[in-house]
Amino acid sequence: MLKALASVGRYVSLMWRVFARPERYGMYFKQYLKELQQLGVNSIGIVLLISLFIGAVITIQIKLNIESPWMPKWTVGYVTREILLLEFSSAIMCLILAGKIGSNIASELGTMRVTQQIDALEIMGINSASYLILPKIGALMTMIPVLVIFSIFAGIIGAFASCWFIGIMPATVLEYGLQYMFVEWYVWCGFIKSFFFAFIIASVSSYFGYTVDGGSIEVGKASTDAVVLSSVLILFADLVLTQLLMG
Amino acid sequence: MIEVSHLYKSFDGVDVLTDINAKFYDGKTNLIIGQSGSGKTVLVKCLVGLLMPERGELMYDNRDFLKMDKREKKRLRTEMGMLFQSAALFDSMTVLENVMFPLDMFSDKTYRERARRAMFCLDRVNLTAAKSKYPSEISGGMQKRVAIARAIALNPKYLFCDEPNSGLDPKTSLVIDELIHGITHEYGITTIINTHDMNSVMGIGENIVFIHKGVKEWEGTSKDIFAAQNEKLVDFIFASDLFKKVRDVEMREAASGGAAARRG
Ligand SMILES: Nc1ncnc2c1ncn2[C@@H]1O[C@H](COP(=O)(O)OP(=O)(O)OP(=O)(O)O)[C@@H](O)[C@H]1O
Ligand SMILES: [Mg+2]
Repeated sequence: MLKALASVGRYVSLMWRVFARPERYGMYFKQYLKELQQLGVNSIGIVLLISLFIGAVITIQIKLNIESPWMPKWTVGYVTREILLLEFSSAIMCLILAGKIGSNIASELGTMRVTQQIDALEIMGINSASYLILPKIGALMTMIPVLVIFSIFAGIIGAFASCWFIGIMPATVLEYGLQYMFVEWYVWCGFIKSFFFAFIIASVSSYFGYTVDGGSIEVGKASTDAVVLSSVLILFADLVLTQLLMG
Repeated sequence: MIEVSHLYKSFDGVDVLTDINAKFYDGKTNLIIGQSGSGKTVLVKCLVGLLMPERGELMYDNRDFLKMDKREKKRLRTEMGMLFQSAALFDSMTVLENVMFPLDMFSDKTYRERARRAMFCLDRVNLTAAKSKYPSEISGGMQKRVAIARAIALNPKYLFCDEPNSGLDPKTSLVIDELIHGITHEYGITTIINTHDMNSVMGIGENIVFIHKGVKEWEGTSKDIFAAQNEKLVDFIFASDLFKKVRDVEMREAASGGAAARRG
């Protein structure tokens, strides 16, 4: 318990250093663009792939499970949309990204720590925490909401694909359900939640990577810890945010 | 000149440095020597501020490093260059970008001027040909040289080298030593080198501080090191057979020379 509190303290003081005023905006911006590419653009593929398949699978599952004479067929489209918008494309997608991006961030920073690259930055008089971590946080908070939108679209395309190619139901019926009682606020909810999730992934993983002490074994451990703790925090934040935004 | 006085550092109650007093001079290669685990790296880390000593004074040309505020520290740091035991090049950048990095961060010159300065530093370490390679694509000795080029990019007043030739063959070590020595004299840098390599001690030991178990036991130059009476230093130097032989020869010569002088 005491140890956990100490970690929270260290995390807060690290974030304090991260949000110091940048020394040289140009260099930070360059780093930001690099992170956009490395953390964001490189994740588009996996997001599209997973969302496409999950969209299709959800549609098929719902169709099979609620099939009954009393239930209109378009319900399938309606339920699929709600699942995608409310949970899958924001929370579940971020959980998956926490695995990919979180381990990437933690191992990169951890390696920089054990090979003294972070010390080298410090010696030059650079606020290494800010220079390395702030662009990552910024890049993820830009990219993840975009990825959420991508995921929603890919999921819907997946749902349609299950009609077109597998023929589980007429696409027009699905479309009617997808548009039935659409609440725009739900899209915003997903968007807002993903901002928080992005911050959690970037800052928690950076914390674990940046504070590595030791060698390659510790780097591996930091990367696992980063993924586990970001995932847990995302789940927890999801609970709280859902309550706040929808309740 | 860097002056250390009464410096103490411990980890979890275990003393690693006790009452260190030493002076490191401008335009000279100052060596810190000692066995593995004697506290050399810790001392250098205290000097550059990567570790905080518990007590003591640390003067950079009469500026007290330990009493500086953040901004002053930052300014002083732009006057420091450091060469790490593991070179510590940024692996996401090419050789040229590595050398340009401190310039990009701290100088207001145009891109062309910065690139020219970086190329000049690379030329100084004979590595212009490797400028677009990544650190993982060049050898350990080359990485060390790139690190030297990066460390001198901003014309530092103080240069710190932690075991610059660990993991290098004797010939490459010599190249690195001479490079550091040359740069030190050319630009009048206060250079501090951690080493346990006796070749470096003999080659470039213009001012030597010997540390044993965190205590400074001896200081002097490479000329008087063989005549030193400190037992721990003698043990350290003559751990290798070669130097035992050298010492025997020198002692014999000294004895016969002394005898000849007496006869004459
Ligand atoms: N961060 C640390 N925490 C605890 N103890 C440390 C730490 N850093 C160094 N020490 C201890 O301080 C002592 C001196 O270590 P140091 O790294 O300075 O040795 P060294 O003289 O540089 O040796 P080498 O020649 O092998 O590099 C060692 O006993 C080491 O265990
Ligand atoms: Mg050492």
